[in-house]
Amino acid sequence: MYDIAIIGAGVIGGLIARALSKYDLKICILEKENDVAMGATKANSAIVHAGFDAKEGSLKAQLNVKGSKMMPEVCRELGVHYKNNGSLVIGFDDEDRATINTLLQRGIKNQVEGLKILEKDELKALEPNISDSVSCALYAPTGAIVCPYDLTIAAIGNAMDNGAELKCNFEVTGIKRDDNDYEIFSRNDSIKAKYVINCAGLYSDEIAKMVGDNSFNVHARRGEYILLDKEAGNLVSHTIFRTPSKMGKGILVTPTVHGNLLLGPTSVDIDDKENKSTTQGGFEDIIENAKQNVVAVPIGKTITSFCGLRAVGSTGDFIINSPKQNFINVAGIESPGLSASPAIAEYVVNLLKENGLELKENSTYNPCRESAHAFCDATIEEKNKMIKNNPAYGRIVCRCEGITEGEILAAIHRNPKARDLDGIKRRTRAQMGRCQGGFCGPYITEILSRELCVPFDEITKFGGESKINLCQTKGGKSQ
Amino acid sequence: MKDLVIIGGGPAGMSAAIAAYESGVRDILILERDAGLGGILQQCIHNGFGLHKFGEELTGPEYAWKYEKRVKELGIEHKLNTMVLDVTPDKVVTATNSEDGIFQIKAKAIILAMGCRERSKGALNIAGTRPAGIYSAGTAQKFVNTKGFLPGKNVVILGSGDIGLIMARRMTLEGAKVHAVCELMPYSGGLARNIEQCLNDFDIPLLLQHTVVEIHGKERLEGVTIAKVDANKKPICETMKYIPCDTLLLSVGLIPENELSKGANVDISSITNGAIVDQNRQTSCDGIFACGNVLHVHDLVDFVSGEAEIAGKAAADYINGRQKDKTNIVINADGKIRYTVPQKITEQKDVKVYFRVNDIYKNAKILVRDGDKVVLSKRKPRLAPGEMEYVTITAEQLKNAKTLDFCLEVQ
Repeated sequence: MYDIAIIGAGVIGGLIARALSKYDLKICILEKENDVAMGATKANSAIVHAGFDAKEGSLKAQLNVKGSKMMPEVCRELGVHYKNNGSLVIGFDDEDRATINTLLQRGIKNQVEGLKILEKDELKALEPNISDSVSCALYAPTGAIVCPYDLTIAAIGNAMDNGAELKCNFEVTGIKRDDNDYEIFSRNDSIKAKYVINCAGLYSDEIAKMVGDNSFNVHARRGEYILLDKEAGNLVSHTIFRTPSKMGKGILVTPTVHGNLLLGPTSVDIDDKENKSTTQGGFEDIIENAKQNVVAVPIGKTITSFCGLRAVGSTGDFIINSPKQNFINVAGIESPGLSASPAIAEYVVNLLKENGLELKENSTYNPCRESAHAFCDATIEEKNKMIKNNPAYGRIVCRCEGITEGEILAAIHRNPKARDLDGIKRRTRAQMGRCQGGFCGPYITEILSRELCVPFDEITKFGGESKINLCQTKGGKSQ
Repeated sequence: MKDLVIIGGGPAGMSAAIAAYESGVRDILILERDAGLGGILQQCIHNGFGLHKFGEELTGPEYAWKYEKRVKELGIEHKLNTMVLDVTPDKVVTATNSEDGIFQIKAKAIILAMGCRERSKGALNIAGTRPAGIYSAGTAQKFVNTKGFLPGKNVVILGSGDIGLIMARRMTLEGAKVHAVCELMPYSGGLARNIEQCLNDFDIPLLLQHTVVEIHGKERLEGVTIAKVDANKKPICETMKYIPCDTLLLSVGLIPENELSKGANVDISSITNGAIVDQNRQTSCDGIFACGNVLHVHDLVDFVSGEAEIAGKAAADYINGRQKDKTNIVINADGKIRYTVPQKITEQKDVKVYFRVNDIYKNAKILVRDGDKVVLSKRKPRLAPGEMEYVTITAEQLKNAKTLDFCLEVQ
């Protein structure tokens, strides 16, 4: 019997698990995929928004501003790269200027610090590659960038180090309430818990319906992105937004914490919650818009493109209710969900406390996790010490990103353990460079096979049937 | 301190090392990132290597072994499992391995021989999902030939580069069905002999002016939509066709791996993606040379070895102060000739200038002009982008030349 079951191992579930692992509670995180951070968390703009977008007084506004203030400390504790690069909302005409003024006023009401309107000259001095036809911009110095799956993996790893459990490939198929407890079923397993926290992202409405709550719906909004090589990473240093319109925040151009350049997202509502296809129209839309905002975007330096699905709730705001029969929905966490995530976790813990959950401190709780980038970020002297202790740090497996076997082994053996190629990719960045795993893919497959004691041809890209190899060759040695 | 550091122990690096040794340099170090010498040849188990160089048909490992044996006989120092992290313009090489940790070596001369990588699927922006089952042809070759595993059984290949053609045959021999090779261009970028021996001999269709427009499948690839393209390379909707398959191999171009060269401030050609070099294969950085696929992508390893010998010998001359720079002749290429290597000539001696054309031409004439003066004129019955050509310009012809304009006259 668990005290708490958290459904969904995205950034929200992960940070809630971590916040609760501070207390003496038996926690289980349930995830339908083979790894954590596989839903909306995996593919979004990776922005910590300053907080001037959301309507004043909304939960989105309140938690965004608070969350973005908490983010640097959370990232420091978890060893996650965070960069306070500031953001710019650029405008081209009078209509844009009026909108930018509205955003400024809203930001002030939301208590966003340091907002300022920049005129063309100041703007061009700050970001020389911004389009020449720009007229003004809203500058938000507190805007930042973070890697959402890095944050989630670290938060869940930290929660697990503090006692939480993680069950992957546990797709919730039913929830039963017995007396005062819940029994949660997957196809071939079940667990019992006193409290259930529904962080199931796109599927949170379906989970809610399993306990008879039909009060909201969640639909998918497709967002396509194009990622450029690090050689293009210095094109801009701030996150560049277009002045928002009814169609959303538009196509942004931003550096990532890893030094790449990210363009996107498109914004199209779709019915299919599984459809993560990119489209030709999407590519064209991104490229055309990015080129309007920033000059000389080197599209030829594209290394990959991808599509994420935002979980859009039917109420227009985050849906976080007080526990009803010990069941909490944390749903409709679309943008600025990543920015708000640390504050959402704290908010949920308080709701549980108000509801009477006894929160006794976990005496062994450690808020810190060794950074996944500890080797990468070390000085040459420190690296040499690490190589001496563990020669695997002297073997570079991913040549494009310079990732060593030592880092790959850590990804496999540290919580939450990587079990497939994409899991290694998100934890270490191996396969994420310009060759996209062309060279290191076979080596990583071999390391996974060896370390997990799984046959070579059963190693997958991301679980399920996503096998890398289908069988042995005619001359391949028999198992 | 080393006289000569060679980055990469593939065919280019080994050949350069042997040539430098034979020109009198003894203090040589080869740094190789893999566990053995030979580079990509280790996984190229098909034959056809060495026809030009040795007059016999060798497999990749056999060809590499001829050089590896010689490197070992000569006692040329080499460090395996060693990755070079950085090269500076003043020739300090930083590298790492398990035994030495991160270490630095100052070199009198450096030869860049890092080879190339395959263009990935990501660079193509193909619409659709991102399932397992999509590999560059070389990655599939690695799985099949060195790991003994088959990445798929029903295959479509996009791009008709040589590795793609070789893998069409290799997968077929392993019992896989290769449904089609789609090539965006109206001609293949691969060698004519590979089209014959790898596709035609196995009845594998080569669909020219075709591309993959969409990828289908959630976990493992389930199929691709292909389409014919128009003259502007835009897919024609009416020609779209779904092919069920579990594997898509990509052979859509090779890119010289010049990240280290850029770090050393070596000038890079936007056409070859390799360094701009003189007839000695010396880059814009004094004492830094480049050869093999890191300089420009070759179709035959025999040419790689030949080029590396030039670089190795020139590096030896540089180290021993025998280099004679006198002239400075710039080579220009017109639109039909995509590039030349070298791009400049600094010494008045016989120079072989290699070049590649941008389309298929029949009965064309290569003209090399110095201003209005025709320095050289040579007829070529057939020229193709997939096949590198060369002309030799003699010391006599270089006399008093300022620039050499390479152009192609087509009737």
